Amino acid sequence: MKLHINGKEVEVARELAEKLLVEFLREDLDLTGVKNACGIGACGACTILIDNEPLKICLMQVKDVEGRRVLTIEGMAAPDGTLHPLQQAFVEAGAIQCGFCTPGMVLTAHALLLQNPLATREEIRKAINGNLCRCTGYQQIIDAIQKAASHYQLPHEIAAAAN
Amino acid sequence: MTERDSKAWRNDAYAKVTGKAKYTDDLKFSNLLHAAPVYSDFVHAKIESVITEDAENYPGVVRVLTARDVPGANRCGQIVQDHRIFADDKIRYHGDVVAMVVAETRDIAIRASRLVRVDATPLPAVLDPERAMEADTVLVHTKHGSNILNTHKIRRGNVEQGFREAAFVIEEKFQTQFVEHAYLETEVAVCVPRADGVIEVYGSMQHPFSTRRFTSACLGVALSEIEVVGVPMGGGFGGKDDTAAIVCARTALAAKLLNRPVKMMYRRDWSIRESYKRHPYRIYYKMGVTRDGKISAMQCRIIADAGAYCSVTPWVTWRSTVQCCGPYQVENVQCDTFGVYTNNVVTGAMRGFGSPQINFAMEQMVEIAAGKAGLSGIEFRRRNMVRQGSLTITGQRLDGHKVAMEQVLEAVLGEMDYEAKLARCSFGKPDCDEWYGIGLAMSYRGVSLGAEGVDFCAAIINAQADGSILLETGIHENGQGSESALMLICARELGVDISRIRYRRASTSNIPDSGTTVASRGTIMGGGAVTLAAQELKHKIAAALCGKLHCRAEEVRFKDNYILGKTNKISFDEAMQAMFQSQQFPYAFGVFKAPRVTWDEHTGQGDAYFTWVYGCQAVELTVNKKTGKVKLLKAAAAHDVGKAINPEMVKGQFFGGMAMGTGFGLHEEIKLKDGKITNLNFNTYRIPRAMDMPEMKAILIENPDPVSPSGAKSIGEPANEIMAPAIANAIYHATGRRHFSPPIRVAVAAEEAPEEECGA
Repeated sequence: MKLHINGKEVEVARELAEKLLVEFLREDLDLTGVKNACGIGACGACTILIDNEPLKICLMQVKDVEGRRVLTIEGMAAPDGTLHPLQQAFVEAGAIQCGFCTPGMVLTAHALLLQNPLATREEIRKAINGNLCRCTGYQQIIDAIQKAASHYQLPHEIAAAAN
Repeated sequence: MTERDSKAWRNDAYAKVTGKAKYTDDLKFSNLLHAAPVYSDFVHAKIESVITEDAENYPGVVRVLTARDVPGANRCGQIVQDHRIFADDKIRYHGDVVAMVVAETRDIAIRASRLVRVDATPLPAVLDPERAMEADTVLVHTKHGSNILNTHKIRRGNVEQGFREAAFVIEEKFQTQFVEHAYLETEVAVCVPRADGVIEVYGSMQHPFSTRRFTSACLGVALSEIEVVGVPMGGGFGGKDDTAAIVCARTALAAKLLNRPVKMMYRRDWSIRESYKRHPYRIYYKMGVTRDGKISAMQCRIIADAGAYCSVTPWVTWRSTVQCCGPYQVENVQCDTFGVYTNNVVTGAMRGFGSPQINFAMEQMVEIAAGKAGLSGIEFRRRNMVRQGSLTITGQRLDGHKVAMEQVLEAVLGEMDYEAKLARCSFGKPDCDEWYGIGLAMSYRGVSLGAEGVDFCAAIINAQADGSILLETGIHENGQGSESALMLICARELGVDISRIRYRRASTSNIPDSGTTVASRGTIMGGGAVTLAAQELKHKIAAALCGKLHCRAEEVRFKDNYILGKTNKISFDEAMQAMFQSQQFPYAFGVFKAPRVTWDEHTGQGDAYFTWVYGCQAVELTVNKKTGKVKLLKAAAAHDVGKAINPEMVKGQFFGGMAMGTGFGLHEEIKLKDGKITNLNFNTYRIPRAMDMPEMKAILIENPDPVSPSGAKSIGEPANEIMAPAIANAIYHATGRRHFSPPIRVAVAAEEAPEEECGA
C-alpha cells in the first residue's frame, strides 16, 4: 500500500490498513504534530490535509488515504526549516499559546487560503469553526491568517502559472 | 533586542508551529507499559471489595493496582488530605478511581479495565449543596463530622444600620454551573524509573511541586527521589493541579512497582468524568442603597458545591469572600461563605478562582440598583467604586499602587462609544425581530495567592563563559508564555539580547519549590525573582570588573550587550570570560517573597492581597427574539497589567479570557444526572468556537506596580472574570430581562426554542 505523505511516497504494510490513521502517523511515522484530543472528530486537533481538504482524522483508517496526498504540519515548513509564510504569520501575530490546536489550525487555514486568499474575517471564522482553541479566543489566529493571505496566489494567478 | 522581538516573542513558537514540540504523549520510551483507570458506576457507596482477578488474568495485563498496593499515603490534597489515589473506604463521586490496569498496550489496559468489579453498598447520594448542609443529611466524609467543609465570613460595620439608612433594598439569588476547563490536552503522565532509583515524571500538569509531593507521599519516598520534568503542556487554566498530580502519582506507582516506564494517557471522557470543575455557586445578595445612590449595606450568603473532595475549595471561597462586593466601597458588610461536600464531581481551581461567580452576581446587582436609583450603571459605579486611598470591604487601604478603576472604565467607555450606544438599546421593544444591547462589567482582583498561602518564588541565572545565559525559575510553562516573559525580563534587566538566553528544561530537582503556577502569579512572582536575580548578578559582575572599567562598582552600567564604565566598556562576552578567569561564577539566585498580607478569620478583615489589578470589559450584542440566539458583535477590555512584558502575549490573555468568559456566560455547563456527568466530550460540552466570538479590542493600561520588581501585575484571570456579567448586562439592555443563572438561555416561546448546536 502506497501513501503520499508530505511530498514523499511511503510504503505501508497491508496489516496496518485498518490502524487508526492518527495513531499510524504518530506512532509509526513519528509525525506527532497531529494530536488526538477528543477521539470523536469534535475538536479539530487531529486535522490534516488530504488532497488539500482539511479533515479530522481521528476516526479514519490508514487505508482511507491510500493513493491520496496527505499533508501534516511537519510538511509545511521548507526542508531547511524555514517557516511557511502562514506559520511565520502565526508566530508574529501572537497566535500561539499552548500550541495544541496550532497544527490543525494552521492546516485548516492553509486549505482555506489555497482556495480563497481573499477570505474575509467572517469567512476565516467560518473555516476554522471546527477547530477548537481554548487559549486565544481566536482573535490573533484570525489576524495571522489574514496577514498571511497575501502570500497565496489568486485563482487566476494559479491558472496563469499553469499555462 | 529589537522592538519586533518584544511584541510577540515566544521561545517555543517555532517548535509549536512546526509540530516539533513534544508534549507528553509525543515522547517515545522503550519497553513502555500503558495504564488505564477503572471507575465504578456508583456515586456514593461503601466499598466491600474491588475484584481484580479477571482483569489480571486478561492476556497482556501486567498488574492491576488498587488502594492496597499503595505503599505510602493513599490520601492526598493541598489543604485537606481527603482525595484518594484509589478509592478505599467509599466511592464518593462517579469519577472516583477504584483501580488501575497496567498492560502491554493501552488497548489491552482499556479492555481489561471493564473486567474489574466493585462490590459496594450504595449510600444515599448527596447532590444538593444546600440540602447537604442540613443536620440530617448523610455525610460524604464521616470523620469530618459535617458536610460543611469550610466557612469564611466578613463582619464590617453594622448591616442592620446600613439597611435602615437605605432608601431601598434589593434581594436577588444567583446560581452558577459546573464548568470544565476544557484544556485540549487531557491528563497524561509517563513515569520512568531511573537506575539510581529516582522516578522521573513527565506529565501534563501545572504544579510540578505538588505533583512531586503527591507522588512522593503516595510512593512513601523522599521528595528527592521524584523528579518532575517540565514538558510542553496543552493548556491548564487552573485545571491541571490535583487531578493531574494524582494521575502522575498513580503512574509513578506502577513504574516503581513494575520497574518499567509506564504511560497513562487520559481519554477525553475520563478527563471530564474525573477532573475537578469550577464550583457551582448559590449566591444570595441583599443590597441597601441610599437616596444618593450609595451602597449602604451588603448581606451575602454564598454556598459553593465542593463536590466529593476538598481540593482548594477553602482558598477559592476565600477569594470569593474577599471580593464579594466587587470593586465597590461598602461600609456595612456581612458575608457568610460555605464550601460544602457533596457527591457531585470534585470542584477546585479554575481561571478566576471564585471570582467569575461572584462578579456575575455583583455586576448585575449594581445595575439593578442603578435602575432603581434612577442612575445609569456607569454613574452608579462611579459613586461607589474604589479609588486611590479607598478602603476595601476587608479594611485594606488601597494605596502604594495606582488605583486604576476610573482609568479602565474610561478606556472601555471611549473604545465602545458606550453611552451613545446604551441609548440605542432595545429593552425588549415588541416591534422588532432582533434586539440590540450593550453592557459592561468591572472588577478588581487581588494579585497572587493573598493571605491564604505561602507565596515566594525562585529564579536562577547562570551565565556561561562565552556570554550565553541559562535561566530557570519555579514558574511552570502552561502554554501562557511564562518562559518567554521571564526571558524578556532577564534580557532587559541585564541589557543583553534575548538570543543569548535559553530557558532550562524545568525540573523539580533543579529549582526550589516555588509554589504553583496559578493565581495569575507567574509574571509577577517569577518576574520578581528574575529581576532580583539579574540585579544580584549585575552586582557581582560590577564588583568583579569595576577595576577593568576604571570606575566604582555602583557606576557600572549594563546596556546593549556591553558593560560600561565611566570612560570605557567591555562586551558581555569578554566580561563573562573575565569572570571565569578570575574564578568567579556569574551565577545568581533570586528570591521574590510576596509582601506581607494579613487576615483575621473571625472578622474577615485584613490586608488580603499585596496589590490589586483593575479591569473593565464591555460587549455589544443582538438577541433574536424568535430563537433567543445571542450574537456578540464587538467586545473591548481594559486591564491595568502593571507593565506589559510581552504585549502580544498579554493581548492573547485578554482575548482567551474573554472567550472563556463567553463560554461561562452563554455556552458551557457540565450537566449531572443523579451525580453522573452526561456531557463527556466536546460534541456535547460546547466551548466557544471562532464564530461565537466577536472582534475584540484589548486596551493595555500600564501603571508599573511599585511592589513588583518587574513592574508587572497579573492578567490571566482578570481577563476571564467579567465577560459573563458584561454579556448578562447587555442581554438585559437588549431584552429588558435579567438572567440569574449562566449559561444564559434567553427564553422564547416553547415551540421556537433553539437546540444548542454541537459538534462541528
